[in-house]
Amino acid sequence: MTDTERKALQAKEKAEVTSQAEQTRPGVVFTPAVDIFETDKEITLLADMPGVTSKALNIDLHENMLTLDGDVKSPERDDEVDVMREYRTGKYYRQFTLSQVIDQSKIDAVLKDGVLRLRLPKVEAPMPRKIAVKS
Amino acid sequence: MLLRRISDWPTRGWTSSFEELESMRRQMNLLNRGLERGLWREPTPGVFPLVNVTEDKNSYHVRAELPGLKADELDISVTGDTLSISGERKLPVEEESAQYHRREREAGKFSRIISLPSQINTGKVEARCADGILTVVLPKAEESKPKQIAVKAS
Repeated sequence: MTDTERKALQAKEKAEVTSQAEQTRPGVVFTPAVDIFETDKEITLLADMPGVTSKALNIDLHENMLTLDGDVKSPERDDEVDVMREYRTGKYYRQFTLSQVIDQSKIDAVLKDGVLRLRLPKVEAPMPRKIAVKS
Repeated sequence: MLLRRISDWPTRGWTSSFEELESMRRQMNLLNRGLERGLWREPTPGVFPLVNVTEDKNSYHVRAELPGLKADELDISVTGDTLSISGERKLPVEEESAQYHRREREAGKFSRIISLPSQINTGKVEARCADGILTVVLPKAEESKPKQIAVKAS
């Protein structure tokens, strides 16, 4: 679906994770906004994670469970005083269950300008093999 | 029969004192609800992008989260005491055959003007955009910086 109308972006509060398990380190945890789409060959996931560098991002795929875990450092130095604070800074965390089987060796992750593009190629369907019958 | 005025407000006329208390109770409820929201007042709906402004002795720091935007896609300008940030977030067009499972990210234009508490030195403003976070450092104008006054002991 293409949206050619140029409308203004609305500000949204970041969605905070409210989970049972406590974090080992104190701080707020947010759920990043994602776009997920799939083609015949692969599933692509795009996540908005501003403030996360490639070193601070952990992607884990374990038994069809994909986990995104991005750490964000507070950008303010100690001698800065708040004048106006409209958003909070915190880690990003999100988990997905993948229904398809993914070829783990070909997973590609690129983190640029705070946007993660994760390409998960699907396992190729086994080619039909002709079996020769020996007599 | 004499009509006795219970309320002493001339405009009210005949009214029961309970009504007075009712309206007071309603006002108090509104006040309470306002306080219950807590000290953390998130702007709703707010203007994109949400910014954090901090200050230190010499300058103001304005930060905004703008994922997916590169430095040359932003338009930043300053006047004596305002900062204007505008631009457009575009989402890359994907393949025709792509089937979307989720679509949570949004694209569109944005424009915001932020007023700063005091005048700034427009010539020395620096802006940096890294990892989707825009940081603008605005040095305060000389006349806005606090001046130490020596106290003489006489």
